[in-house]
Amino acid sequence: MNKRIIAIARKEFLHIIHDIRSLVIIFVMPVIMLVLFGYALNLEIKNIDLAVFDYSKTPLSRKLINQFDANKYFTVSYQNGSPKSIDSLFLSKRARAAIIIDQNFAKKFEHSQQTPIQLVIDASDPNAASFIKIYCNGVINDFNETHNANLHLPFEVKQRIWYNPDMRSAYFFVPGLIALILIMISALLTSITITREKEMGTMEQILVSPVRPNEIIIGKVLPYILLAFLDGLMILLLGVLIFDVPFQGSYLLLIFLSLIFLVTALSFGLMISTLVSTQQVAMMLALSATLLPTVMLSGFIFPLNSMPVFLQYLSYLVPAKYYITIIRGVMLKGNTLWQLIMPALFLLILSAVMLRNALHRFNLNLEK
Amino acid sequence: METDQIAVHTEALTRRFGNFTAVKNASISVSAGEIFGFLGANGAGKTTMIRMLCGLLKPTSGSATVAGFDVYRQSEQIKRNIGYMSQKFSLYDDLTLSENIEFYGGIYNMSVEMIEQRKNNLLRELGIESEAEKLTRELPLGYKQRLALGCALLHDPPILFLDEPTSGVDPRARRSFWNLIYQTSRKGKTIFVTTHFMDEAEYCHRLSIMRDGEIIALGPPSGLKHKHGKSSMQDVFISIVNGERPV
Repeated sequence: MNKRIIAIARKEFLHIIHDIRSLVIIFVMPVIMLVLFGYALNLEIKNIDLAVFDYSKTPLSRKLINQFDANKYFTVSYQNGSPKSIDSLFLSKRARAAIIIDQNFAKKFEHSQQTPIQLVIDASDPNAASFIKIYCNGVINDFNETHNANLHLPFEVKQRIWYNPDMRSAYFFVPGLIALILIMISALLTSITITREKEMGTMEQILVSPVRPNEIIIGKVLPYILLAFLDGLMILLLGVLIFDVPFQGSYLLLIFLSLIFLVTALSFGLMISTLVSTQQVAMMLALSATLLPTVMLSGFIFPLNSMPVFLQYLSYLVPAKYYITIIRGVMLKGNTLWQLIMPALFLLILSAVMLRNALHRFNLNLEK
Repeated sequence: METDQIAVHTEALTRRFGNFTAVKNASISVSAGEIFGFLGANGAGKTTMIRMLCGLLKPTSGSATVAGFDVYRQSEQIKRNIGYMSQKFSLYDDLTLSENIEFYGGIYNMSVEMIEQRKNNLLRELGIESEAEKLTRELPLGYKQRLALGCALLHDPPILFLDEPTSGVDPRARRSFWNLIYQTSRKGKTIFVTTHFMDEAEYCHRLSIMRDGEIIALGPPSGLKHKHGKSSMQDVFISIVNGERPV
């Protein structure tokens, strides 16, 4: 490699290690984000307060209630009043669901008639409400199977859940978080490299030297590839250690594909830094242009295929979309390179377009 | 060869930005070893002129050679043969003095040994060898300016461009900086300097005065004073810029 690129890469590296703030951004911010998001982003619902109105007051109804109580998702509280109090229970958040057991419950059950019980759910959070409904049905089905000898279903569904058998949210979020953190940090760091030199007037000093524009760009990106790579390894390790995320696939494959993603992220930062002229604007732009699309449009939290078609097309421009497919595939499913070739290609195309754009804009700016 | 004596030569050099003409038909010829001054108010076109000669900006029309190389086609050779220092001093405040010097050596493709040797010489000349590992931001402004000049000269270019090198520096530091310019000139280097300080204009061997993108006066300071019947460059400048005819 030529001396000029080395000189620029070395200088860029020195800027980082002399500046405590960028070290914090690189090594502390990701850990904080990972821990915060990792614990906060949780779709599982536990400790559901369930109000029980037992008008039957029989051993059988108590068995049903005990079955709820024994379930890890429910905390049961007995109510004596009328079902009209459910409203105030929901409003004061003392309960999120209520079960009303009719006084004829045991009698009907023995005579194997249809025996209704009523379930009332607070659906001000619809997502939680549907979870509660599913959990309740599960408990009630179990109860039916053990206590109702006459129940014969024509067939039985045996469920097997693959790749994340316990359906732990962390398995789903941690790989996505790695993608989010990598693109945010990389774009943020590179977005200020060129604007900083423009602001300080040092860019001119470099430009009057025989350094070529592409040497400046390459020299500037190299140290960040190294740092962002270390960053990626660090959060991957933390994800596996703290959140027990399994790793089914090949480490080498993930490392290789992660490097491609890093180049995409860094090119994006570079492109921003050639578009604006101050560090502050560059940082703002880098943060908002990575954080929001990555959270909303990459499949990180919200499934893409249930979005309006327009947004689905828009998501093709979000680099994290491809990387999340890659990292979830490798970590949770053990995908091979061949199975992930499409997202990898898309990332390469995005990098090439953005790098070219950055270089083009950079050359244009020189002519001003 | 003629280029051995002529360091910078321009003919009808012009640069337009849209409808605005920043430099209009500038023709100058600077001999090797000369200290050539460029005077003018802000916006007169001095910086545009210097940027064209340094290869930072392509001229719209006209011709120019620097160190014998053509500004349109040979900007890379030009860049190897010039040093440049702007009013911002262009040092990295968050790097140490050594790191700054090593960086500027590196982007001129100098060998590690060469950089090391010139770095030591430079720091010794400035008397700041002991500060080599300190951050540049801790250095007083006068030293910073001289260090920046040292960095611009590290690759030993025959021609040096200084764009308002003394703005923002106190008068004493300005005087000592000019001593340094003379020393550099005595080593046979051509120095091309823009300024808006009239007292500095007196130090130049020859100077040109610009107004609205045009060179409106050219000659040695004594000649210009004589021609306009004034005793100081300050008065010459005012009378020229106000459009008075020579006496």
